[in-house]
Amino acid sequence: MSARQVARTYRGARAAAGPLVYVGAAQRAALGEWVTLKAKGQPPLRGQVIDAGRDLSVVQVLEDTLGLEPAGVEIELTGELAHAVVGKDLLGRALSGAQDPRDGQPRPIGEAIRPLWGAPLNPTQRLPPSDFIETGISAIDGMNTLVRGQKLPVFSGPGLPALELAATIVENARAPRGEPFAVVFCAIGITERETRTFLDRFAASGALERSVLYLNQAQDPTIERLLAPRAALACAEHLAFVHGLHVLVVLADITHYCEALREVAAAREEVPGRRGYPGYMYTDLASLFERAGVVKGKPGSVTQLPILTMPDDDITHPIPDLTGYITEGQVVLSRELHRRGVFPPVDVLPSLSRLMNAGIGKGRTVPEHRKWADQLYALYARGREARMMVAIVGEAGLSPSDRRALALAEAFERELVNQGTHRRTIAETLETGWRLMDRVPREDLIKLSDELLATRPSQRAEAQRKEA
Amino acid sequence: MSASSERSAPKLTRVVGALAEATGMREAKLNELVRIGDGGLLAEVLRITGDRATLQVFEETMGVALEEPVAREGEPLSIELGPGLLGSVIDGIGRPLSELAALTGDFILPGASAPTLDKTKRVTFTPGLVEGIAVHEGDVLGTVVERGGFEHRILVPPGRQGQVTKFFGGERALSEPIATLADGSSLFLTQRWAVRRPRPIAGRKDASRPFLTGQRVFDFLFPIAEGGTVAVPGGFGTGKTVIEQSLAKYAEADVVVYIGCGERGNEMAEVLHEFARLKDPRHGRPVLDRTVLVVNTSNMPVAARESSVYLGLTIAEYFRDQGYRAAVMADSLSRWAEALREIGSRLQEMPGEEGYPTYLASRAAKLHERAGRVTCLGGPQREGSVTLISAVSPPGGDFSEPVTQSCLRVAGALWALDPELAHQRQFPAVDWHTSYSLYAEAMGQAFDASCDPGWSKARAEIVELLQRDGELREVASVVGPEALEDKDRLLLTAASIAREVVLGQSAFDPNDAYSPPAKTFRLARAALELFEAGKAAITKGAGYADLDLAQARRALAMMRDAPATELDARAAEVSQRIATLWRGGAS
Repeated sequence: MSARQVARTYRGARAAAGPLVYVGAAQRAALGEWVTLKAKGQPPLRGQVIDAGRDLSVVQVLEDTLGLEPAGVEIELTGELAHAVVGKDLLGRALSGAQDPRDGQPRPIGEAIRPLWGAPLNPTQRLPPSDFIETGISAIDGMNTLVRGQKLPVFSGPGLPALELAATIVENARAPRGEPFAVVFCAIGITERETRTFLDRFAASGALERSVLYLNQAQDPTIERLLAPRAALACAEHLAFVHGLHVLVVLADITHYCEALREVAAAREEVPGRRGYPGYMYTDLASLFERAGVVKGKPGSVTQLPILTMPDDDITHPIPDLTGYITEGQVVLSRELHRRGVFPPVDVLPSLSRLMNAGIGKGRTVPEHRKWADQLYALYARGREARMMVAIVGEAGLSPSDRRALALAEAFERELVNQGTHRRTIAETLETGWRLMDRVPREDLIKLSDELLATRPSQRAEAQRKEA
Repeated sequence: MSASSERSAPKLTRVVGALAEATGMREAKLNELVRIGDGGLLAEVLRITGDRATLQVFEETMGVALEEPVAREGEPLSIELGPGLLGSVIDGIGRPLSELAALTGDFILPGASAPTLDKTKRVTFTPGLVEGIAVHEGDVLGTVVERGGFEHRILVPPGRQGQVTKFFGGERALSEPIATLADGSSLFLTQRWAVRRPRPIAGRKDASRPFLTGQRVFDFLFPIAEGGTVAVPGGFGTGKTVIEQSLAKYAEADVVVYIGCGERGNEMAEVLHEFARLKDPRHGRPVLDRTVLVVNTSNMPVAARESSVYLGLTIAEYFRDQGYRAAVMADSLSRWAEALREIGSRLQEMPGEEGYPTYLASRAAKLHERAGRVTCLGGPQREGSVTLISAVSPPGGDFSEPVTQSCLRVAGALWALDPELAHQRQFPAVDWHTSYSLYAEAMGQAFDASCDPGWSKARAEIVELLQRDGELREVASVVGPEALEDKDRLLLTAASIAREVVLGQSAFDPNDAYSPPAKTFRLARAALELFEAGKAAITKGAGYADLDLAQARRALAMMRDAPATELDARAAEVSQRIATLWRGGAS
């Protein structure tokens, strides 16, 4: 809308169904225009135009439409587009998905408004992300390194401690050089208990005044779930690119977001794609996940840590599948490790950080980081294969090297992955890995050169003496 | 409706997603470009019914209101072709992204317009013909030398001909004529072409020359021809993008058009950064100087995602027509197909499989047919090619889905990527059991002639080794590897070595990211010799455990990772290890 329009009011909707209200002949309705619906004796409802037509326009209503009477409702087209109020004064505040205060304080004034839907960041203005973030978690720092400006989702399953992991990362992931940081947490349809899990840990670390919370919980209006992450990201962009903060955005849970998207698509009787999710879900998710990055000439960054629950632990389900195609890797949690009491239960094999190479190596972590990770990964993968084989042929049927790999895989899970809530520096993580590798003979370390191993001769000799 | 209101100015009557409808469009043409709304957003006519037209909008439509005006542009979506294209980064409708940044800042806002080529830019034109000569469509008029020494040949546009009365050589702006014809018309350094229409050629030629990728698994096992097409399907994390990028950097092509269609913004930033820094291994020039990047990331408007593929192909055809070997890397065609689906579904078309429009297969076929090796129009006699490498992103990694299947029906090769291999960090994660190349035999013969007469034979032996390996591993998974015979255990190890050093290749190792055919062949040969030596030792009575395979394996890995200057020394070391494979055999 190039020029703001004046507000126009109509009486009576043509039809209403679920979250949608159909309005006849709304003059000069604009796509995305903000609408207020007023009915006698009821609080006003908010919505926006998702289909503008000369004969019929469709309004998607945020709040529950229970008891709405289409014929009597008063419809005001406000002439405004949905926007987010953003500013540094939001730090320390808790808002709803529709940006109403949730902490009993007055509505924040903000410094600026940004369009809720954002605009694509010009790819030529992006700086390739390359700043290492030390999360304190070995399975991430060592094997799947997170960098600033990345979007790295956690693929979780029902009942797995994804939020605990996110809380641990947020607690630990302070900027390495003491640069200013902020956290934006957006709850999307998660329960009160889950929200508490995250916030209690977070409050204990004293980082609450450096954070903005957008809370749409399970009992809150479904359609609001489509707006909450956008408000959160608009705020994050402002803090990062106007105030130069390094912003970590936690979105939990993307699965609830996708379900809200499906609900609206079904109400509009759209042609469904896989498992009833709309065909444009990839594009829609991309409009969230792509709002991460680093901009040339701007000091801040937006890093995203979305959490999603894989229905039935199925990684090929459309939600994790489409997410994986957009995000820069994934951290996958394993039910088996969780059962064995491993925390964090990160399954290193299917996990991946696409930007890892940019964040590690000389001047960032250590020059041999890549080789270290490749070798450990290869040994662990081999051990996991051997574990599968044991189930068929028994341990006696394994070759000696497979038996060694199996033992190493167990040690890897027990010692490197399983660290509890204790924070490890990158140096500690690397040392833990070297100690694991010290226990296997030279011939198994096919990815490491003699020169590299020569830097650790004494430890190797000692470890192998003990082993013998 | 009265006659007068029918002739009224075109106005918007509906806006939903990437789709709009307008009235007053009786005179519009199909695929004609229009500008809609107060912001002047670019859109294209998809349907005309009487006075009403349905439009697909190439820019974000949020905030566009009913009754806003619509203006016809008179021509279909076209691109300006000429000097300055190489090294540029444009979006799916041909706007240079750096110009957009100058206009709208860090974020792209709708309504900005910027010409693909800077018409004020001055270049030096050298006529190649004499005045008075009669020229026809496709004739090379002369040349402009671009950054990095690339010779840009200026062609007579298709459909034009006449007698040249005057040439204007020397420094010219792109907006100035370079020649006048007897009929008084002028020829320029640039020409426009409608992107959805294939550029004309004199004739098609066979696929007989290999398209060198510099990636061993492709050149050796699944080679493609210049002018060929290949589909590269793979689930997320299987390395499609790394493959596309490696090929863009190292493949033997004169011009590379890289289409980032619906992919990640950070990835494109990295491509830009790296391509500017990296040198082409053959010419030593920055890779960016031979590249045109067409970028429409996943959060940019969906309709421009659809057009970006045609835009990229048109640019490749333009360089092909100059007599060059162009390669198009499309990443990924699934996003192109999804854009078709999204627009088709908004048009309420009858959906085909999985909601994709029924014309998906025919559009995919047409798109693939724009690749090929051709005799160019006009003189002097020359040939050019467009090779198409398209990534496909099948949902859930399931290749039976419509996009993968539509591409496979028309592509000449399949490089299937396997998540299992990616999990084992076997990169490129090409599944050698399901991948194929219809060009394999012809290309094998070409390599026999150009690289080593033993190429095809070595390839057959490696293929057999991998085949046997697959069978034996099934057995081993039941009885355990210890229960296998010694010669079979040797085969499993040999196959594992071949996978590691011949098929495996790190895109991030500066010494091995690009493997010339000679190195590819030597590595394959060495792996086979190791296997032969092991077999001979076992025949003479050695046990599997008596063979020093670990040392030989490490020597081979070092040969693979050695810089080109040390390759001979490392190869000698490998031969030494093979000769002493069985220490007991020395007596």
